[in-house]
Parts: sequence; structure tokens; C-alpha cells
Amino acid sequence: MKIIVCIKQVPDTKGGVQFNPDGTLNRGAMLAIMNPDDKAGLEAALRLKDQYGAEVTVITMGLPKAKDVLVEAMAMGADKSILVTDRMLGGADTWATSTTLAGAIRNLEYDLIITGRQAIDGDTAQVGPQISEHLHIPVISYTQKLEIDGDYVIAQRQYEDRYHIVKAKMPCLITALAELNEPRYMTPGGIFAAYDAEITEFNRQHLIDVDDADLGLKGSPTKIAKASDKVRKGAGEQVNLDPEASVGYILEKLKEKHVI
Amino acid sequence: MDFNLSNKHEMARTLFKDFAETEVKPLAEEVDETETFPEETVKKMAKYGFLGIPVPKEYGGQGCDPLTYAICVEELAKVCATTAVIVSAHTSLCIDPIMTYGTKEQKEKYLPPLAKGEKLGAFGLTEPGAGTDAQGQQTKAVLDGDEWVLNGSKVFITNGKYADVYIVIAVTGMVEKKGRTMKEISAFIVEKGTPGFSFGTKEKKMGIRGSATYELIFTDCRIPKENLLGQKGKGFGIAMHTLDGGRIGIAAQALGIAGGALNTTVEYVKERKQFGRTISQFQNTQFQLADMATRVQAAQLLVYRAAVAKGNGGHFSTEASMAKLYAAETAMEVTTKAVQLHGGYGYIREYGVERMMRDAKITEIYEGTSEVQRMVIAANLLK
Repeated sequence: MKIIVCIKQVPDTKGGVQFNPDGTLNRGAMLAIMNPDDKAGLEAALRLKDQYGAEVTVITMGLPKAKDVLVEAMAMGADKSILVTDRMLGGADTWATSTTLAGAIRNLEYDLIITGRQAIDGDTAQVGPQISEHLHIPVISYTQKLEIDGDYVIAQRQYEDRYHIVKAKMPCLITALAELNEPRYMTPGGIFAAYDAEITEFNRQHLIDVDDADLGLKGSPTKIAKASDKVRKGAGEQVNLDPEASVGYILEKLKEKHVI
Repeated sequence: MDFNLSNKHEMARTLFKDFAETEVKPLAEEVDETETFPEETVKKMAKYGFLGIPVPKEYGGQGCDPLTYAICVEELAKVCATTAVIVSAHTSLCIDPIMTYGTKEQKEKYLPPLAKGEKLGAFGLTEPGAGTDAQGQQTKAVLDGDEWVLNGSKVFITNGKYADVYIVIAVTGMVEKKGRTMKEISAFIVEKGTPGFSFGTKEKKMGIRGSATYELIFTDCRIPKENLLGQKGKGFGIAMHTLDGGRIGIAAQALGIAGGALNTTVEYVKERKQFGRTISQFQNTQFQLADMATRVQAAQLLVYRAAVAKGNGGHFSTEASMAKLYAAETAMEVTTKAVQLHGGYGYIREYGVERMMRDAKITEIYEGTSEVQRMVIAANLLK
């Protein structure tokens, strides 16, 4: 079985989010990590590899710095890695990203493609399903449990208060939830081997059946009009009054602010 | 000269740090309080290759260098010195002498299960009457047909009872050397479960209380002739060379304890308020922190230099002794200051820094006291 896992390097939001003066993310000031849902997807692929002996290829689109996330994936156990990078791919929205990744994946053989549900820096959850559309293969999104049965994938698709069991014939694509599993750690030897391993680089000319008009900032229908940080609320004022006095106090404040 | 770690070493640090914070730190207080050997953590470390870091891949190891191993011990010790010394004793004192002095057969038999962490290792040199004075050994090994027969005991053995493979130093006869009659000392590999090999009492210690420290007792313990490690009569040199490497592990442990105490203290002084200000705003606090951080940084450079020297394959005895001497004394000084800056809370067990201070003390004692390190450094200077 050949599995492709799409992963993305995202800013680590654990230590807080940093913004540039223009409201865009200050990625340079934040540590970069593998997107958590993607990491669960990679772990799912590695478990299938442990169980069935699959070949796992990880692919990411981004700046050369995104190689770090590929090295991490190989240190966890992925077999091959591909970086899709080209100046003209910058500024891509979900449409341009999925077009690019699908164009790159057309070079490869696969039975299963796994993407994370969504990235913590964009939260769109669109790229995975869009790739499946480009490649004309079935998609099972929001996968919280995964099994393989012969040529089929059987997945639990999460809903708010229930789950669906969905069966799809391979080749197909699933999008993984962080809840799917607990990703493994890297190993020290895996890290050393990963740094010595070759990372394949794709640029525009490697993308198959792709139109320039669908790539990068120019090929992105999404336009960001404005981005801003949340305005922090003040600490507020705490009062300890009996219920009757509280009602009077609140009414007074509401009148003061011309709410009533 | 480049003082930056390579990308692969930095990524390895990220791994060890992540593992230490997630898997080790939450258990550190309990491990100390209940004096429990952290078996589950050891299993997890085995799964991710932490027990075979500098072992070549052909023997089931990770194929990394001593620097990576030192960083692992350092990061573990930042949160739990007990867990760190388990890795250090296993790797430096059991695996390393087998890698260095073992026959092909011994390497093939012992290294893969040790490197994969399926088996744990330990080292027995110290005896009730032979600590710093290693020539005072009483444990004897006598060749009887195809077997060595061991009699005697070893004390203060780290990983005792939990380890499966023990490097044991014993007297195999008397030799004339420079006109004096001296003990001929040899090294052996002894497996747990061998008839005649038993364990005495578990020591109750001041620090590293989760680490299992046992007495090893040999009573007509018969081991195969081929379990002699290295040449007969070369045991003293093997033990000393092994301890040279071990000192890098203990230096890394001391460095980690100091680094952990510094990190904890930096966080604490930013929170703790006295006289209407955080105590970090007082110049005394700032000066103390500056001294602590400078010592930690200096210790780190010495430890990494010793690890790199070992990896390069040349002599590293002086480097290892300097690293251990300085890192151990740094650990003691930094943890003492950490407790002081925590004030009354520093003396309370749930705050953790008093544990670090208790743990730090042993690094000035085991695998050669600070005084022994000074002897080694001076002897190499005056050669």
C-alpha cells in the first residue's frame, strides 16, 4: 500500500499569537510546528505501515524552511518526502493550495491520501476535500477512527453528537482529526537518518494538469480585506451586593451607558 | 569554532525536551516521594530508542553520537534526575564497556537487547571497603574449568535488581608490578538470574530516590569463561575508562539539574510578589539569576566539549573530569540558590526545587567524587 500524507508547517499558537503591524501573522516570531491534525494523519499512516507494511510519503507546500516539518515526519518514520516550493506559489488560498498539491500528487502512485482536517492557522478544512475533487477520488472527512478492509477504507466520520461509519474504495482521501490517535515521538536515530535523507523538491514545472491562473496569490479567489487582533476586554469591575441592590446597580450602569 | 549545535542535535533536543515534559515531569514528584523506580517510563524510553543512543545501528542502536546522548540525559535531568541516571548508568557504564572491550560474540549477544531497552544494564565496582580506592577490591573471581566462580559483594549499584546485565569488576589473582605485589583485576559480564547472584538491601538515599541502589551479592556464582570482558588483568583500566565516559553522563545529569532549577526559579521570581513588586525586580534576585545562568552556560560548554571529544575518539579523560567537576558543583550551587530565592516555599517539597537540591548532591560524589576529578585533572597536568 502506498500512502501520501499532506502536512503543513504552522505557527505554534501555544505561546500566544504574534501579529505584524499590518495585522498579518508574524510567523518569524513564532515557533513552527507540524499542524496537529496533520500529525494525527501521519500517525495513522505510520500505524498502517506498521500493520501492513505501507510506504509513506509526506508532502508539503511552502518556503524552503518547511523542510523542517518533512524532516520531523521522516524522523517519526515516513519513508519519503517532497517539498513543493516555487516563488509563484506564494500567497495561495485553499483553492490554489489544493490545485498545487493535486498537481504534485499526480506524479505519484497512491492508494490512500491523508490530510489533516484543518490547519490551526487557517481553520478552513477545505484543502483536503478539494484535493479529492481535483483527483476525482472519494473523500471521507473528519475521520476519528480508521480501518483497512482489503481494498476499502472504513472510517468513523465525526459529527457533533454522533458518528457515521463510511466505507470507501481505494484510492481515496481521508481528512484526519487530532482525536484519531496519539502521535508517536521521533527517535534520535530517526532524526539523524532524516537529516541525511534526500528531500525531493518540486517546483511549478513538476505540477501536472495545472493552469498558472489557479496558482499562488493570482490564482486565489479569496482576498483578505483586513486582519486584526482581537481587542482585549478590560478586567471589569467586581461588586459584591445583595440581589436587590445588584439589580439597582446594573440598571444604573445600563442607563449610564445609554443601553436602556 | 562554532558554539551552535547542529540542526540534528537541536531537533534531538526538541524530542528529549518534549518527552521529558510530557512523560517524565508529571511523575517526578511521586517517583521521589514514594522512592519508586519508574518502570513504565523506562519502557517508553526503550520504545523511542533512548536506551541505545550512541550504539551503532548494526547492534540495534540509534547510531547517534555521545553528544546526543548527553543532551538526552541533560533534558531528562531538568525534570527528573532519577530518570536521567537510569539512562546514564545503563548507557555509559554497561553498554559502553561492552562496545569498547567486548568480543564480537559478546557484542552480538548483549548489545541489541540493551540498545533496544529490552534489557537494562548496570555496573559493579564499588565495595564496602573500595570506593575511591578501587585497588581495595575484595570480590574474587577464580577460573574453575570453563567457568569463573565469583565470590564477594558490591554496594551502591545504580539500576541494581532492575538491571539484567551487570559489568562486575573482581580480583583474579596477584601480580608483581614495579617490585610490588598488586591485585590483578578483571572485568566480567554477569546476568541477573545466574545462580549464586543475589541482591542485598535497597539503599535509602537523600536524593535520586526513585533510582534503585542495591547491593550485589555473589556466592559461588558461576559464569561462563567467555563472560570475561576484555583481557584478564585489564579490569582496572576498563573500569577507569568506563568511568571516564560515565562522568560525561553524570556531568550531563548535573547540568540538567542545574538548568531545571534555573528555569523553575526564573518562572517563580516573576510571579512571587513582596513589598508590592515581583521579586524579579530586586537587584539581588537579578544578580543571583545572572550568576546561576552563567555557571549553567559554562557547565554546558564543558559537558558538550567532553561529549564531542569522546565522539571524536581521542583522549577525553581530562575533559570528562573537568565537565563533571564543574557541572556537579554548579548543580549544587544553582539548586541551593534556587531554594534560597524560593524562600520558605523552596523548603516545601511540592515546589520541586528542594528535590533538585537533594538530587544535585550525589553528582559531586558518584562516579568519582569532586576530589577524584581534581586528582585526575591534576595528574594529567603534571604528567
